[in-house]
Amino acid sequence: MGLLEAISLAVLAASTPLLIAATGELVAERAGVLNLGVEGMMIVGAACGFGGAWLTGSTMIGALCGIAAGTLLSLIFAMMTLGLAVNQVATGLALTILGVGLSGLIGARFVGERIATAPHLHIPGLTDIPLVGRILFGEDAFVYFSLALVVGVWWFLYRTRAGLVLRAVGDNHASAHALGHPVLRIRLFAVMFGGACAGLAGAYLPLAYTPFFIPGMTAGRGWIALALVVFASWRPVRLVIGAYLFGAVTILQLHAQGWGVGIPSQFMSALPYLATIIVLVLISRARTGGSTTPAALGTVFVPDR
Amino acid sequence: MPDSTPAVPHGDPKPLLQTIGLTKRYGDFLANDRIDLDVWPRQIHALLGENGAGKSTLVKAIYGLIQPSDGEMRWQGDTMVLSGPSEARSRGIGMVFQHFSLFDNLTVAENVALGLDGSESFKDMSARLEEVSRVYGLPLDPRREVWQLSVGERQRIEIVRALMQNPKFLILDEPTAVLTPQEADQLFTVLDRLKAEGRAILYISHKLEEVKRLCDTATILRLGKKVSTCNPRKETAASLARLMVGGEIKEVKVAANRKTTVPRLVVNDLSLEPGDPHGVRLQHISFELKGGEILGIAGVAGNGQDELFAALSGEWLAPDPGMIVIDGIAAGQLSITRRRQLGAAFVPEERLGHGTAPRMKLSENALLTGHAASNMVQHGFVKTAAMLKTVDRATEAFDVRKANRDPEAASLSGGNLQKFIVGREILRNPAVLVVSQPTWGVDAGAAAVIRQALLDLAAGGAAVLVTSQDLDELAEITDRIAVMFHGHLSEPVATQGASREKLGLLMGGSSLEQEEPAHASGA
Repeated sequence: MGLLEAISLAVLAASTPLLIAATGELVAERAGVLNLGVEGMMIVGAACGFGGAWLTGSTMIGALCGIAAGTLLSLIFAMMTLGLAVNQVATGLALTILGVGLSGLIGARFVGERIATAPHLHIPGLTDIPLVGRILFGEDAFVYFSLALVVGVWWFLYRTRAGLVLRAVGDNHASAHALGHPVLRIRLFAVMFGGACAGLAGAYLPLAYTPFFIPGMTAGRGWIALALVVFASWRPVRLVIGAYLFGAVTILQLHAQGWGVGIPSQFMSALPYLATIIVLVLISRARTGGSTTPAALGTVFVPDR
Repeated sequence: MPDSTPAVPHGDPKPLLQTIGLTKRYGDFLANDRIDLDVWPRQIHALLGENGAGKSTLVKAIYGLIQPSDGEMRWQGDTMVLSGPSEARSRGIGMVFQHFSLFDNLTVAENVALGLDGSESFKDMSARLEEVSRVYGLPLDPRREVWQLSVGERQRIEIVRALMQNPKFLILDEPTAVLTPQEADQLFTVLDRLKAEGRAILYISHKLEEVKRLCDTATILRLGKKVSTCNPRKETAASLARLMVGGEIKEVKVAANRKTTVPRLVVNDLSLEPGDPHGVRLQHISFELKGGEILGIAGVAGNGQDELFAALSGEWLAPDPGMIVIDGIAAGQLSITRRRQLGAAFVPEERLGHGTAPRMKLSENALLTGHAASNMVQHGFVKTAAMLKTVDRATEAFDVRKANRDPEAASLSGGNLQKFIVGREILRNPAVLVVSQPTWGVDAGAAAVIRQALLDLAAGGAAVLVTSQDLDELAEITDRIAVMFHGHLSEPVATQGASREKLGLLMGGSSLEQEEPAHASGA
C-alpha cells in the first residue's frame, strides 16, 4: 500500500464523523435551531456506542446505542429551547459540558477494553484494484452511509415539501406560523435528527476509527462540525467538500509533524477554524444579495395562541 | 359601483361568516369583547379602528391563528371551530397579512406553495400560479427570490397565494399601507373583480377615504368593542373618524406667520454606497432646508429613505464632509454625537431597537440621545435627577401615558412611545430635526399631537425634515415635498399645488428622466 493510498484512507476515516455530525447540525440549523451541543452529543454517543458494541459484540447495536444516546441528549436541548424558550447558545454550551461529564461516567468501566472494529467492504476484484480499489470499494459501512445521508438530506431539503417547510421555518418562523405550519414540531424533529447524527458520529470513533474508548476522544470534532456547517454556507453538497478538506488538514498535520515540517502543530490544529473564518469573510464579500444564513437561526420562537 | 346600497339586502339567506359574541382575552386584557360581525357574499366589508382596537385579533381568530376565549363563529350558518389556518383555508378563508408572511430567501413559487395544502405537485402549482397571476393582472416571476422584489410585488405574492386557494372569503389587513396611489388603484380593481365573482372581502384599513370609495359596509371597533356597523358611503370621513376615536380629533393648526430664515440643513450631491447588501445606493441627493421650514420626503418604503436617514444622522458617514452641512458646518463625516452638539436631532422610523433600547427605562433612553448636549452628565457621572426631569417634561408636554414615572420603553404602547421619543428630541430645542415616519402605527389622537409639535418646532425657527409614506400627513404639515425613488430624490415641489396623482407618479418613478417608463413597478 503506497503512502498516497494510506493517506487517502486515513483522510476518509477522519472525515466521516465530521460529515455525519455536520449533516445533522445542518438540518437543525436550516430549521433555525443553533445547537452548540454537538460535541457533547458526540462524546456521549461515543461512550454509549462503545458500551453497546462491547456488551453485545455487535457494531450495529453499538451504532444504534450511539444514535439513541445522541437523540436523548438532543431531547433535553429541545425541551429547554423549544419548550421553555431558553437561549439556544447557553443551552447548547451547557449540553456540551453535560455530555463531556456524562460520557466520562458512562465510559469509566469501558476504558482499557477493546472491541473488533467495524468490518470493511470487500468485493473480490474491485477492492483489489491498485490505488483506488481500497478507497472506493474497501471502506466500512459508516463511510458509505455518511455519503448516502448527505444525498438524502439534499434530496429532502430541496425536493420534498417537508424540506421546503423546514427551510421556511428557518427563514422566518413568524411567517411559517402565520401560514399554519407547526414551527416547534418541525424544529423538534430537526433537533432530534441532529442529535441522532451527532450520536452516530460519536459512536463511529470507537466502533470504526480506534477500537477502544477513552474519555474526551472526540477531541473537538463536534466544534469542527459546527464550523463546517457555516463553512458550507448551509448547503449539503459543500458540506462534503468541506468535511474532506478538514479531514485532510487533520491528517496532513500528523504527517507534517512526522516529516518534521517546522510549522507548529497548534497552528495546523487551528487551520479548520481559520479556514471557516476566511470562508465566512469571502461569502459576505462575494454576496450580491440574499442571505445564505437561515434568517431565524438561533432565535427563540413562542407562538401566541 | 352601486351607490348608497343599504347594508343588508343580498340574495343570500345567511351571512357567509358570522361572529357572535366573539371574545378574546389575554390575561385581564380584553382584546375582543363580544364582537358580532356579519359578512355577506358579494360584499366588501371594512373593519375600522385605531391601533389596539382589536382588528388584528379578530381576523386572526377568523383565520384560525388564535382560539377565541368565548363566543361563536358561524360559516354559512353552521358553527365553525378552527384548529388552525389550514382548516380555515380548506373552508375557503384566505388572508393577506399586513406584515407579509413571506420568506425572503425562497422563490415566489416556493412562497406560494407554503401557503397551500400541498396536494398538487410543485409543477402543477407553478403552472396554476402563472395562470392566476395572468387572469387577475398581477404579474409575477415565480423563479425570483423574494428579497429581490419591491414591496408592491411582495404584496402581489400574498394576494396571488390567497387567490390560489379560490377563497370564498378573503381578509386583507391594511393592504394599501405600503402602496403608491397607483398601485392601490390596481389593487382596488382586483378587489372589485373578486367581489363581482361573488366572494366576500373583509378589508382592514384606517384610510377612511379609501374605505368610503371601496367598501359596502363598515364595522368599527374601539378598545376591543364593536361601536357601530354602518354604510361608509353615507358617512363622512370625519364622522367615521369620530366613531373610531370616540371623540373629536384636534385639528392641526398651521401658524400663519411662519417665516423661513437661513439654510440650516444643506445636502450637496450626496452619493453613498449602502452599508448592507439589501440596501439602496443614494445617488446625487441635493436639497436645502431653511429654518422655519418643513420639507417632506415621500416615497414607497425601501427607495433609500433609511439610507438617507442614516447618512444625515451620522450612522453612516458621507464620503465628503461638505456633502452634509448643519448650520453652516460641514458635518458629513462627524459622529452622531458631534452632530447632536451642532443642534441636530434625529427620530428614526423604528421605535423599539433604534429609537429606544426596549428594555431600558425611559430616563436611560433620554440619556442615550441627550448625553452630549444637555446637563444629564457631569464630570462623566450620570445625574439621575436631570434624567427623570427630562422624562417628566416630555410626559407633560406630550401627554405620554404610562403606568409609572419611569417604565421600560418596551412597556409603552406605540403611540405613547413615539410621543416620548419625539418629545425627548423636541425638548432639546434642536436647530435641525430629522424625523422618519413620525406617526407610523400611531393612533389618530397621538398623531395629531406629534404633527402639531413638528409645526410648532418649525414655527420656532428650526428646520424640520419629515420622511413619510403617508401623503395626507405630508400634505398637512409640510411646505415642500420631494419624492425618493431608487436612491434619487426629486426636485422639491411646493406642497400647495402638488397633486396626489403627480406625487404618486413620482413615487412610481415614472417622471424621472433616467428611469424607463416600464420600470414603474407594476405598470
